Amino acid sequence: MKVILRNPRRELDISGPRTVINLLASLDLNREAHLVMRDGELIPGDAALDDTDVIEVRPVISGGDR
Amino acid sequence: MKCVTCRGPAVIDIRRQNANYCVDHFFEQCRRQVTKAIDEWKMIEPSDRVLVAVSGGKDSLAIWDLLIELGYQADGFYVGLGIGEYSEVSHSHAAAFAESRGLTLLTVDIPTSYGYDIPTGSRAARRAPCSACGLSKRHLFDAAALEGGYDVLVTGHNLDDEAAVLFGNTLHWHTEYLGRQLPVLPARDGFPKKVKPLVRLTERETAAYCLLKGIDYLVDECPMAVGNRHLSYKEALNDIEVKSPGAKHSFYFGFLDRASKHFAPEADEDREGLEPCLTCGAPTPSGTCAFCRLVDRAGGHQPEPVPVELGAIRTRTTS
Repeated sequence: MKVILRNPRRELDISGPRTVINLLASLDLNREAHLVMRDGELIPGDAALDDTDVIEVRPVISGGDR
Repeated sequence: MKCVTCRGPAVIDIRRQNANYCVDHFFEQCRRQVTKAIDEWKMIEPSDRVLVAVSGGKDSLAIWDLLIELGYQADGFYVGLGIGEYSEVSHSHAAAFAESRGLTLLTVDIPTSYGYDIPTGSRAARRAPCSACGLSKRHLFDAAALEGGYDVLVTGHNLDDEAAVLFGNTLHWHTEYLGRQLPVLPARDGFPKKVKPLVRLTERETAAYCLLKGIDYLVDECPMAVGNRHLSYKEALNDIEVKSPGAKHSFYFGFLDRASKHFAPEADEDREGLEPCLTCGAPTPSGTCAFCRLVDRAGGHQPEPVPVELGAIRTRTTS
């Protein structure tokens, strides 16, 4: 599957099948700090991903001196 | 995963509540949490004129949208920081949101009005960029709310923000700051009433709210904030949260319930004895306020370009 990451923007090719939770774990990304979308639609942690999917992993952490 | 309310397909799991939600019931959950914060802390009256500090990011656009949905009369206020393309894009998100909903967005551009930008000005004033930015925004938010006759100033601080600030203040025992870390700060001489209606939602939830609502927000992190302490506190708390869902909520709301009052006297002392700034009239401990000193030291310096990569994509393969 194609996985698009942000900050900085980059693309990875990752093999499936796997769940969203497994994908984040394999990328060493915190579940509480990211959302995952397939074809622009938000999907939950147990969603099954396969090789043909285009996935965006979006970080949600922001802030300086707030 | 199924929605905890209707058993339809869930789009988001919220582990601290041990609950999953479909789109409609997630929106309902967000409105419920914001309403609960507003009611519990008496943040906003129905007749209040509200000014929302808007950055173009997920939190400020989410709370502006939620307040409008809940029937409040809310204008937006955007501060241009002069951080290259980042500021241009952030303003375009805020302006597009306001235009799409027929809302009023007030704007102050710091380089145009005060002669400095955050990257260059912070260096000239020997302040960390986030410090100069925070100082500038707080001053301009307060001034805009007071001059515009607004009853309350709303900021988009969420549970992650408040837990991270609490974490930092506790690590360093900044007791004067602990005493005033509240979701509501009442109006007093020279300061508007300030409220944080998003304190019951995490930033993962505000980001999800924007995605599901079709609110186009600025995803890229501010280039000046990369690597700062506030972000490292958030990462540390999220590492704990993964192993112990609900830890951030219990840390922050436990503080408000059981510890905050013990630090109030020190915060009260800190607030006493303020006098009008000799230059702008804003409250300050003495003489010229920190914002006017920043303007004095930072103004007139030639802006330097800020490297921002909002569009570049790199590719690699992982098995």
